Amino acid sequence: MSKTREISVTVNGAVYRRAVEPRLLLADFLRGELGLTGTHVGCEHGVCGACTVMVESDSIRACLMFAVQADGCRVETVEGLAAPGKMNALQAAFHEHHALQCGFCTPGILMSLDIYLRDTPSPTEQDVREFLGGHLCRCTGYEHIVAAVRAVKAKVAPGP
Amino acid sequence: MKPAAFDYVIADSIDMAVASLAEGGGDAKIIAGGQSLVPMLNFRLLRPSVLIDINRIGDLAFIEEAGKKIRVGALTRHYQLETSPVIARHLPVLASAMTHVAHLAIRNRGTIGGSLSHADPAAELPMMALLLDAELHIASTSGKRTIAARDFFVGALTVDLARDDIVTEIVLPKLPPKTGWGFEEVARRSGDFALAAAAATLTLSAGVISQARIALTGVGATPVRAAEAEALLVGQALEPGLIDRIIDAVRAAIEPDTDLHASSDYRRHLGGVLAGRAVSAAWRRANETAT
Repeated sequence: MSKTREISVTVNGAVYRRAVEPRLLLADFLRGELGLTGTHVGCEHGVCGACTVMVESDSIRACLMFAVQADGCRVETVEGLAAPGKMNALQAAFHEHHALQCGFCTPGILMSLDIYLRDTPSPTEQDVREFLGGHLCRCTGYEHIVAAVRAVKAKVAPGP
Repeated sequence: MKPAAFDYVIADSIDMAVASLAEGGGDAKIIAGGQSLVPMLNFRLLRPSVLIDINRIGDLAFIEEAGKKIRVGALTRHYQLETSPVIARHLPVLASAMTHVAHLAIRNRGTIGGSLSHADPAAELPMMALLLDAELHIASTSGKRTIAARDFFVGALTVDLARDDIVTEIVLPKLPPKTGWGFEEVARRSGDFALAAAAATLTLSAGVISQARIALTGVGATPVRAAEAEALLVGQALEPGLIDRIIDAVRAAIEPDTDLHASSDYRRHLGGVLAGRAVSAAWRRANETAT
């Protein structure tokens, strides 16, 4: 075991201080140290997208960043998308359009789409499909996910 | 699938980074964006004893005009290159290439210096550095040097970097006036590594091509320039018969490997088709800018 380092990370607005090994991945820090198990760990090499979170407002793969690298940073996870027991518009659209079956890929897709749809106000269906190429979903065939995005874009007036 | 233990050093300057690298004696690794390195650590294909994090070095991420050149700091993220107005204006072929690099979450972290140093045989940035005649600035404990991109890529995942070398800056000449460009890639899925990709620039003078550049990736251990095809274009106007000869020349110049994603023959076929399309697009754009 190598030396631990003290880090301070703000996750969904709350400040957490922990001593961690440098090799601890951010995804495992969120899940194991903080108990925020909404962030899922799939492939552990950046391909599947299940662990996507936001660091300093940029989407990133939490399996390709070490927790020590997030020292002093703001991190948002799927738990922060809405108040406990509530859903944001995109989550509600996922629910309504059956955009998840097993749900494993869902947190990463929600986090990626959250920022993508903010930056890209009117994506074409082709844009959405290409964007979703960064996330592996083995249940839905993506049809219902695309339908949920279409619905949320139709429903939501400017602004989140 | 977790990395082996390592010591972690945060470098706050290039000097500190190269000193730590030298101290590590070949067993230390620089981490920039980490988008290629961390998978290799997770798989334990690499087990460095020390990881030197350069992400907190100030002034290493920038895109600046300098006369006829663009200076890009090694820590510049792919997403910054993709969205930079300076790149869009002076190196639009590079901005176009960046949209093909993996996915947004990867482009938010991955860096130009890291991608060039890693030198994946199917990556876009090494090909673009070669196409655009980039010059790399390298620092080490013994001083600084520069190297042309054409001399930098030695083999698959192998570049001309010594143990304590670190890429600090990439200098790219702006596209000259009356220059058109093309970028073409085929991948299994949006964001996957290229099965093959080709990029071209054509500069016109008095209605004919005065300078031609064609580069390919995914068709060998390193990115390649198609020198014979480039020579065929100089002094000519592009017409269909010439495109066919370009395609033949490109196919003759490459020796792709077979792997589980595509056969050598298919990659050779693709390389020709994509180079032909990239040259055609470059010709069209060059004529649009010339009028």
